[in-house]
Amino acid sequence: MGLFDKFQGLAAARRELETIGIDPFGVEIERILSPTEGIIHGRRTILAGTNNYLGLTFDADCIAAAKRALDTEGTGTTGSRMANGSYSNHRRLERELAAFYEMRDAIVFSTGYQANLGLLAGLTGPNDVVMLDADCHASIYDGCKLAGAEVIRFRHNNADDLAKRMRRLGARAADTLIVIEGIYSMLGDRAPLKEIVDVKREFGGYLLVDEAHSLGVLGERGRGLVEEAGVLADADFIVGTFSKSLGGAGGFCVSDLPALDLIRYSSRPYIFTASPSPATIASTRQALTKLAAGRDLRAKLTANYRRLHSELSAMGYTLGAPASPVIAVVLNDRVEALRFWKSLVEHGVYVNLMLPPATPNGVSLIRCSVSAAHSEEQIAAVSAAFAELRSAAGIVPAELGTAS
Amino acid sequence: MEFLNAMTENMTVDYPQILTEICAELTTLTQGRLEITEDTDLLGDLNLDSLQVMNFMLQIEDRFDISIPVSILPDVRTVKDLALQIERLVRAS
Repeated sequence: MGLFDKFQGLAAARRELETIGIDPFGVEIERILSPTEGIIHGRRTILAGTNNYLGLTFDADCIAAAKRALDTEGTGTTGSRMANGSYSNHRRLERELAAFYEMRDAIVFSTGYQANLGLLAGLTGPNDVVMLDADCHASIYDGCKLAGAEVIRFRHNNADDLAKRMRRLGARAADTLIVIEGIYSMLGDRAPLKEIVDVKREFGGYLLVDEAHSLGVLGERGRGLVEEAGVLADADFIVGTFSKSLGGAGGFCVSDLPALDLIRYSSRPYIFTASPSPATIASTRQALTKLAAGRDLRAKLTANYRRLHSELSAMGYTLGAPASPVIAVVLNDRVEALRFWKSLVEHGVYVNLMLPPATPNGVSLIRCSVSAAHSEEQIAAVSAAFAELRSAAGIVPAELGTAS
Repeated sequence: MEFLNAMTENMTVDYPQILTEICAELTTLTQGRLEITEDTDLLGDLNLDSLQVMNFMLQIEDRFDISIPVSILPDVRTVKDLALQIERLVRAS
């Protein structure tokens, strides 16, 4: 078995894509024009697959803060916080995140992926049990793997299955870490958080909620599903990312548990990574204040995603979940999804193509992420492109269906 | 009550019974296309996709009232491997 033999399957899959003239995983945005528009294949294209939920990537105040940080603190930190020291703004952002969640402290990580990797690998070990929702993100699975923890999956969004598995653990349940997400990234569905909290109250254990896709989106102050569901105090750890609603790059974990600070010393992804650059920290701090005060942004986002969700649903598309900023259109198979994605790009709409095994239940998805920065005209244009492509998704227009 | 029944049953299940039940479940899943034995390779021989394998595991977990840790799955290749792991988990529960 040669070093590269394992790539044969991947190479064949890529050749197949090349044969039909599709490269969904190597899209180059030749020029970025705004949070919602770019040039792809030389054409102005609406970006509806960015996770830029609040549209803050071009916010003037965030950009100004980042520029000031570049001028005063330089381009990079050139090392890890443990070995090379923290900049005062790393700690400021951590205190601001802790205050935002009304918790004791926070740890900032260099990416969202590393936030889960770093927390799980630092917190858990070979003798610990981690109970994961089966649809959890790869970073959560990878963190558990790095930790060597005993991982048990429960059926997606099924609090009864979680309870059954906690009961099976007996006395070990009290020290088990339960991991769920606020909004799941593939289908856009929310966790039944209150029911999950009830299970935790019954059996004990600790709860980690990954709010990557719900930070800034849900809750009065944008603190995510924990705030919307009124269970902030029941979450022992909240993980989030700077790269979606906050428009930067990085991640964090907040907790009210005093031991959080010790995790820094046991988390290899934290210890052995260069810390976020000054400009990233500065724009994120600015964006966090906008997010906390951003009721108007959340109102606009909600109006946008409800409209698109309702229009696609009325067209006859099968959607992955009730309305959220992640709108997943379920297609019949992989080839249909590939062709549909290509047609959308040709209609000037960029979305995400999601195929098995990255998707739950082996479905093929066209995944849209809606932004507060999308104009009404842009939402209308995205909707119109889907309307034109109905037949490509095997949808028979209602009037024809009735006539036959 | 269902829970008590499962617990009582589990105290008495042994390797041959676990093996029989796994083989029966896999025979149904593969619609009797091939004979299932201890040496059947769960991924290589059965032509099941990862979703079918996951659903099969969920059924088996409920049947024996156990949770199979994800981390042991790489060590489970054959029907025998799976039956031995289930026996171990049932005894530990």
